[in-house]
Amino acid sequence: MQRTKSSFRVLPRSAFIEMDTLRGKVAIVGAADTEVGKLPQFSATGLCVDAARRALKDAGIQKDQVDGLVTCNSFAEPYMYHAEMIAEYLQIFPRYCVTAAAGGGTTFSSIQNAVAAIVSGLCDTVLVTMADSLRTGLSREQAMLIQASTGHPEFEIPYGPTVPAFYALIARAHMEEYGTSPEQLAAVAVNARLHAARNPNAQMREPITIEDVLNSRMIADPLHLLDCSLVSDGGAAVILTSAERAMDFPHAPVYLLGSGEGHGHEHISQARSLTTSAALESGAAAYKMAGLGPGDIDVAQIYDCFTPVVLIELEDLGFCKKGEAGAFVADGHTALEGTLPMNTNGGLLSYCHPGNPGSMYALTEAVFQLRNAAGERQVRNAETALVHGQGGIMSSHATLILGKETNR
Amino acid sequence: MTEAHAGKRFPRPTAVTAGYWEGCHKHRLLIQRCTQCEHLQFYPRSICSSCMGRELGWVHASGQGQVSSYTVIRHPVSKAYADETPYVLALIRLAEGPTMMSVLCNCEPESIRVGLAVEVVFERWSDEITIAKFQPSKGN
Ligand SMILES: [Zn+2]
Repeated sequence: MQRTKSSFRVLPRSAFIEMDTLRGKVAIVGAADTEVGKLPQFSATGLCVDAARRALKDAGIQKDQVDGLVTCNSFAEPYMYHAEMIAEYLQIFPRYCVTAAAGGGTTFSSIQNAVAAIVSGLCDTVLVTMADSLRTGLSREQAMLIQASTGHPEFEIPYGPTVPAFYALIARAHMEEYGTSPEQLAAVAVNARLHAARNPNAQMREPITIEDVLNSRMIADPLHLLDCSLVSDGGAAVILTSAERAMDFPHAPVYLLGSGEGHGHEHISQARSLTTSAALESGAAAYKMAGLGPGDIDVAQIYDCFTPVVLIELEDLGFCKKGEAGAFVADGHTALEGTLPMNTNGGLLSYCHPGNPGSMYALTEAVFQLRNAAGERQVRNAETALVHGQGGIMSSHATLILGKETNR
Repeated sequence: MTEAHAGKRFPRPTAVTAGYWEGCHKHRLLIQRCTQCEHLQFYPRSICSSCMGRELGWVHASGQGQVSSYTVIRHPVSKAYADETPYVLALIRLAEGPTMMSVLCNCEPESIRVGLAVEVVFERWSDEITIAKFQPSKGN
């Protein structure tokens, strides 16, 4: 058949998968974190397969029941074909095999893609496993390379920026536009530590105060050391399968109800706005698919590589008005007993942050909360969870909404 | 390369950006203008980011701008930047519209504010590379 432009135009709309058909079609049936923190006994690959082993065990299945694999690349042990390498290491032979581009939002983008792959029949059961060893696994050269690889090579990097400095530009702009204070930024870190104290696996569990944050070393004004997330070794994994199959697993399924992405820029000097992010788009798409709004969310895991990021995301995801997130957090709304318990495992600020895999802990924590299995940090009656990831410098955003039931 | 800048992260001009770097060498801040739709853009691209036109010319920007955000870096990215630490990294909205990242010099970090009027100054790093930095405008 000759392909012409018009032959595309006459295809009926039903020939395409409509995004809202993803709602409730796929569930998470396995979830696990590795140990985190300083783990010199593990390589990055070792952590990645350990996360896989734990998630398979949690789901009660064997590795050969997996026919889809998603990983992210590692800085400590990079491979040109990372997911293929992990498949080879595990001796599994998937028919769907993808390495997520980076970390942050791309983690949840890759989950959305895996969900679409299951719904469209490309595969049945996907193992998503991600790990890295940024704390103990990097050579000096690798550590320098990571620092030096962020920013535009011609129009940003020559000026000697650092990653905290990029985020400090965002923080300063939010303070200027909305009167957000250093104390309100610090409240985000205090909230995270409060929750980490109830997480036996967390890297940092000593409670901190606003004063502790403000008295910690200034890294890039207005960001102090405790406004910045941790550097960790660690991994986490989940197992996804169709909602029909999900009934046959030991744990109650956690359904994907909504997902969405938004992409604003790569380099912060090209941002449309410093204080409004593409979380606006990713959140709107996820709410629309789920048929839910911010008021329906019982627990949220909001990407927190630096404290100001959380404030902008809370606003753009509609949990409070623009410019009011500082007060929202400082007033205790995001505490376990607050109106929107947030980052209940301690987040990247206090649980762990191994780099690219960072967003995975938000996802596993959402699963633990919806299973009512989060121990001391359990949010009462949690039925719906929202997880949000961002990567780059507020560049690429993705939001997932999860629920215990599909009919909400 | 002058010794003060040894080890810094030198930009590598491309066919598309060479005109900008030649401008800096002559102490002119050049931005692109689309001949089709008159859109002004920075950084230099091979296409117009507004209309996708491929005919782009250089215009001599005034070098005046405003600080849209800034931070004081107290821990340099590498040893090569240690001598000038602390340094002020800033986003500058040029009078012509586009935004660029730069460093503010000839000022006390404590005196910087969002909205501060600034003007371009040029810093020679080597025979090939001159970098556009900014300082508070004389009128301040
Ligand atoms: Zn144009």
